[in-house]
Amino acid sequence: MKTAPQFFRHGPGPFARLFVFAFLSCLLIAEDSRFKYFPELRQTIGVVIFPFQKIAYIPANIYDQIGEFIASFYLLEENIKLRQQYLENREQLLKLHSLEAENIQLRKLLVAVQKIETRTKAKAVLAEILYTPRDPFNHKITLNKGSQHHIQPGQAVIDDKGVVGQITQVYPWSSEVTLLTDKDHSVPVQVVRNSLRSVISGTGKNNELELRYLSVNTDIQPDDLLVTSGIGGVYPPGIPVAAVLKIERNPTDDFAQIISTPIAGVDRNRQVLILSLVQPTPNDPLEISKIESQKN
Amino acid sequence: MNPKRIRENLNADNYFGQDVLVPANNGYVALSLAIALILNFLPLQGDILIFRPDFVAITIVFWGINHPHKMGMSVAFGMGLMMDVGNTSILGQHALAYCVTVYLTLILGRRLRLFSLIQQAPQIGVILFIMQIAIVLVAISSGSNLPGWQYFLATVTGALLWIPISFLLSMPLRQKPDPNAL
Repeated sequence: MKTAPQFFRHGPGPFARLFVFAFLSCLLIAEDSRFKYFPELRQTIGVVIFPFQKIAYIPANIYDQIGEFIASFYLLEENIKLRQQYLENREQLLKLHSLEAENIQLRKLLVAVQKIETRTKAKAVLAEILYTPRDPFNHKITLNKGSQHHIQPGQAVIDDKGVVGQITQVYPWSSEVTLLTDKDHSVPVQVVRNSLRSVISGTGKNNELELRYLSVNTDIQPDDLLVTSGIGGVYPPGIPVAAVLKIERNPTDDFAQIISTPIAGVDRNRQVLILSLVQPTPNDPLEISKIESQKN
Repeated sequence: MNPKRIRENLNADNYFGQDVLVPANNGYVALSLAIALILNFLPLQGDILIFRPDFVAITIVFWGINHPHKMGMSVAFGMGLMMDVGNTSILGQHALAYCVTVYLTLILGRRLRLFSLIQQAPQIGVILFIMQIAIVLVAISSGSNLPGWQYFLATVTGALLWIPISFLLSMPLRQKPDPNAL
């Protein structure tokens, strides 16, 4: 008899029922906000409403998926655009990298120029390597400075660390450098440790130099630093040339075999410095002409 | 026949959806409440949250007005507990508010039924406003701050939504016109 009129229905009136449920609610509120005796109650209700919450999330999920589907079209377009941009940027980035490396190298050379100028009074000119001839027998490079830039044969070529070689041929706008490692090239050197004088020669191999004609009992050790002695007037004194790598002392031979490696990046770099000729006695023109006549 | 009944019958032609509803079965009531609960749990974001009406409250009001014996206070209490857990509010907050709502509809239901849906809307708004005040009172009693006036905008949207929601809920309950009737 659910549809019976109100005056037939039994049970308490609305206010009484409200009172009961309000009282119950107040108990719950007090319990939940102050005492928390029954955490299980909340968990149980949570389990009951979970399916409803799950269903309530379905529209949001569908909306998200549709959004993703539409966005994927834009993403394709964006992807193509970004790839083009990436390629463009990559080219610039590569340029930047090489510029950075070049900048670092130039800065080093600048420091080297100042050092050399204070130490040896030699002027340094910056030159760039034009190309390295593909000749396995000659260790030579071509620079972009020539006689038009007042380059003369015999000038020393160095980088920020040490000696690279010597100018042997000058053209109007370029010049040829014989590297330290060329088999016909020799530099008068001194051992820093004990000032032993000698001459270091190229062997025709990359990164290998040789100290010839030193007797077996010579006082020389691995890792000895060899610097230019300044004798001969081509190289200013005190520029690092090579470090001793290994020494073979065979008693049956007359001379010790002393292998060393160049300090400078002989086969590296793009920029080098050309030092002005050092004049042994700057005020004596006779001496200069004599040296030049010897060179030629 | 009591005079109220006569007055209703006299006004019947002017107002739709009045007293011509067939009794609803329990399944339909439960379904409507479940849908209302789901609507309340919709994961909305941003400014729309301010305007979100309490669908469960509106549904409870509908059944309280149109079928008072279908809407027991215990059901409202249970729905309130579910809302509390789903809203992560204090347990009993919505339960109390819904019980108050049911009480109001039980008292005012028969009077409200005389009005058309559009006329009912502002009065439903008052009921929802009282419900929200109950919620706010419980929140304050447990140490929360007063919400801004925007909180009560949900009442306005609820009152406005009363018209379509009530219309939709009563649709399956309308008596179909009998072609063989006089």
